[in-house]
Amino acid sequence: MTVEIGHFALILALTLALIQAVVPFVGARRGDPALMGVGAGAALAQFVFVAVAFAALARAHLTSDFSVVNVAENSHSALPAIYKFAGVWGNHEGSMLLWVLILSAFGALAAAFSRGLPARLGADALAAQGLIGAAFLAFILFTSNPFARVWPAPFEGGDLNPVLQDPGLAIHPPLLYFGYVGFSIVFSFAVAALVEGRVDAAWARFARPFALVAWCFLTLGVAMGSYWAYYTLGWGGFWFWDPVENASLMPWLAGTAFVHSAAVMEKRDALKVWTIFLAIVAFSFSLIGTFLVRSGVLTSVHAFASDPRRGVFILAILAFFIAGSLALFAWRAPLLKQGGLFAPISREGALALNNLLLTSACATVLFGTLYPLALEEFSGEKITVGAPFFNMTAGLLMLAACFVAPFGFSLAWKRGDLLGVAQRLAVAIAGGFVVLVALIAIFRGGPILEPIAAGLAAFVMLGALCEVVARVWRSGASFAAALSRARGLPLSFWGGAAAHFGVGVTLLGLAGVGFGAETIATMRIGEAQKVGPYAVVLETVGQRNGPNYRDSVAAMTIRSGGAFAAAIEPARRQFSARQTTTTQAGIATLDFGQVYVSIGDPNADGGVPARLYWKPLVTLIWLGAAVMALGGLLSLADRRLRFGAPALRRARAAATGVEAQPQ
Amino acid sequence: MTRKGRRLALIAAALGVAAVALGLALYALTDSIVFFLSPSEVLAKNLAPGARLRIGGLLLPGSVTRSADEAIDFAITDGKNQIKVSYRGLTPDLFREGQGVVAEGALDAPGHLHADTILAKHDERYMPPEVVEALKKQGRWQEGAKP
Repeated sequence: MTVEIGHFALILALTLALIQAVVPFVGARRGDPALMGVGAGAALAQFVFVAVAFAALARAHLTSDFSVVNVAENSHSALPAIYKFAGVWGNHEGSMLLWVLILSAFGALAAAFSRGLPARLGADALAAQGLIGAAFLAFILFTSNPFARVWPAPFEGGDLNPVLQDPGLAIHPPLLYFGYVGFSIVFSFAVAALVEGRVDAAWARFARPFALVAWCFLTLGVAMGSYWAYYTLGWGGFWFWDPVENASLMPWLAGTAFVHSAAVMEKRDALKVWTIFLAIVAFSFSLIGTFLVRSGVLTSVHAFASDPRRGVFILAILAFFIAGSLALFAWRAPLLKQGGLFAPISREGALALNNLLLTSACATVLFGTLYPLALEEFSGEKITVGAPFFNMTAGLLMLAACFVAPFGFSLAWKRGDLLGVAQRLAVAIAGGFVVLVALIAIFRGGPILEPIAAGLAAFVMLGALCEVVARVWRSGASFAAALSRARGLPLSFWGGAAAHFGVGVTLLGLAGVGFGAETIATMRIGEAQKVGPYAVVLETVGQRNGPNYRDSVAAMTIRSGGAFAAAIEPARRQFSARQTTTTQAGIATLDFGQVYVSIGDPNADGGVPARLYWKPLVTLIWLGAAVMALGGLLSLADRRLRFGAPALRRARAAATGVEAQPQ
Repeated sequence: MTRKGRRLALIAAALGVAAVALGLALYALTDSIVFFLSPSEVLAKNLAPGARLRIGGLLLPGSVTRSADEAIDFAITDGKNQIKVSYRGLTPDLFREGQGVVAEGALDAPGHLHADTILAKHDERYMPPEVVEALKKQGRWQEGAKP
């Protein structure tokens, strides 16, 4: 019965989304506050009904109700509870439902905070958000209904894909979806601004917190996906430039550019049209990502089922929103008042350059992802565009963006002094240079890109620190004075410093891996195998039973110069329900590096085929992402950025009879 | 700097970065794309040794020989022709005789691939679409039939 309630709630949510799409928009055209006010209520109610639908599906999964097709195909009664729950979005229908749940949650959030907005802008934004919700709810109800029943109900489910039976499934998709879908609000605001034909610094103030939330989640989601692939696939790689990964990287790049250009718009009233364009592009990439992943165009572990109707439906949604918003942009953007121009050597100049680099990187990723699909469609030739292409294009452009970042962070608004900034960054420049030269000297004839990346990483990290020191410390001042000065700095400054530092940390991790080692060997019990500075010894081989699988475990110890350093247990995991085997890598974190071992099926003579890696500094890749997200969070917590802050201040000023100071 | 100068600087920067990105993309495209072929196409095209490509088909039953140090030799077939492949390393979880497989590497002799990457299916219900295509061309694939 709950399943039918869920289905019905979803239908109600669709009708509410349609109301939300139409009524506030009409109200805004007629200047009718009552009609405009409908948007907020509809958005909140839509969220409630989608939540009910999601809860109904979750209940069906948790209670293993195999009369529901979705549960019967993708769950199993022997699954641990966490995978029963995470399995809700471990399939096509459920993951789309999660997508819509998060979409409606953001819509409700925007509705709750829209009071400080100009009424028409808020109404139009909610209408646009309602339209997106309606499109995806219709997609679910007409092509991917998660509530369909099957009769007679099977006794046992078909099981969750073993590759997905991992704690990562509980974390990665929600994080990523919060990121993807978070940009929908920014998109809706951009559409509303275009409909209004007016955009100003206040717009950036409304849109930026949502963009920051989305960006933080997306950063964590991408990093989490990378780490999951790294430990679960057993290949030791953390980024494959797989189209599905690219689909998450593109909105991240566009979102990063947006967060920066919105800052320029807010502070200097410049780059307005560009910022609106980025808002559209960032969410368009989220939609493209959803299309690539969900339509079955690509084959990957993410493509659950390929029903051609779904692909066409998503393509139609994609074409409508992207083409529609770009057409609206082309039509209305000339109406927007151009912002001021700025000097090339200034903080806004550096941010504009970084925007150019990030969007170009994004464009090359898009090209490399879609070119093989287009070529196959038109000429029938099948090609793969692999890592070398992306490293050469997007990789280099992103390195260039990293190089510009510390300069931009240290330059002043309006008119900067490049020489002064170079002096301010002297320690960082020297530090980066020393790292570069030292690495080239030590590893003579070795890789060249890695020392450059490491030097750049040192420059970026030290650059962020230099700026903090320059703001906090004055020669001759006491420690207490520095501390109070540090406390006086706005949180958004600390956020920027942390995010940039995080970029450096990630870059250092990427560079470090280049100095790693890899061997393939048949290991025998008691024998040691050298990898990097460590020796790995196979101790025992045995069997172990899990709740719904059986492991062949190879217990190994890692030794450093004869002394015990860590123990690992790489395994082959045999799932009985689907007769599938997965590789469970054995990973030991030593300092910031990792020893990574994955094994094959033991040979008849007792040897265990193994692939061993030493990956120096590899954990920094993901720690850096966490630091970046922390930076975003700090910026978000800045009171000056807080939603409706100016309205509050104005209200307070009005109450005390003092005229509010213009920003 | 005048207003005109500032605008020029912005446009020049935009065009400069776009040109660099385009140049990099074109340069990278010339030597980092890999073609996907079926065994029959590889033989028909008479490719020069050293060419990098991806070959997809079924793992020929009985062709797998493993030797010391995880070196492995096998053959990929599309039902008509086959290509011998040698590879060193661990094979994917679903690398099984008679199942779909994709090998990427360089030809070192006509009809022999020195592979550095082996891809197989994610689960037993999934078949790489390239392999399906290759098999369809040879008339060895029926829609809807279980492989």
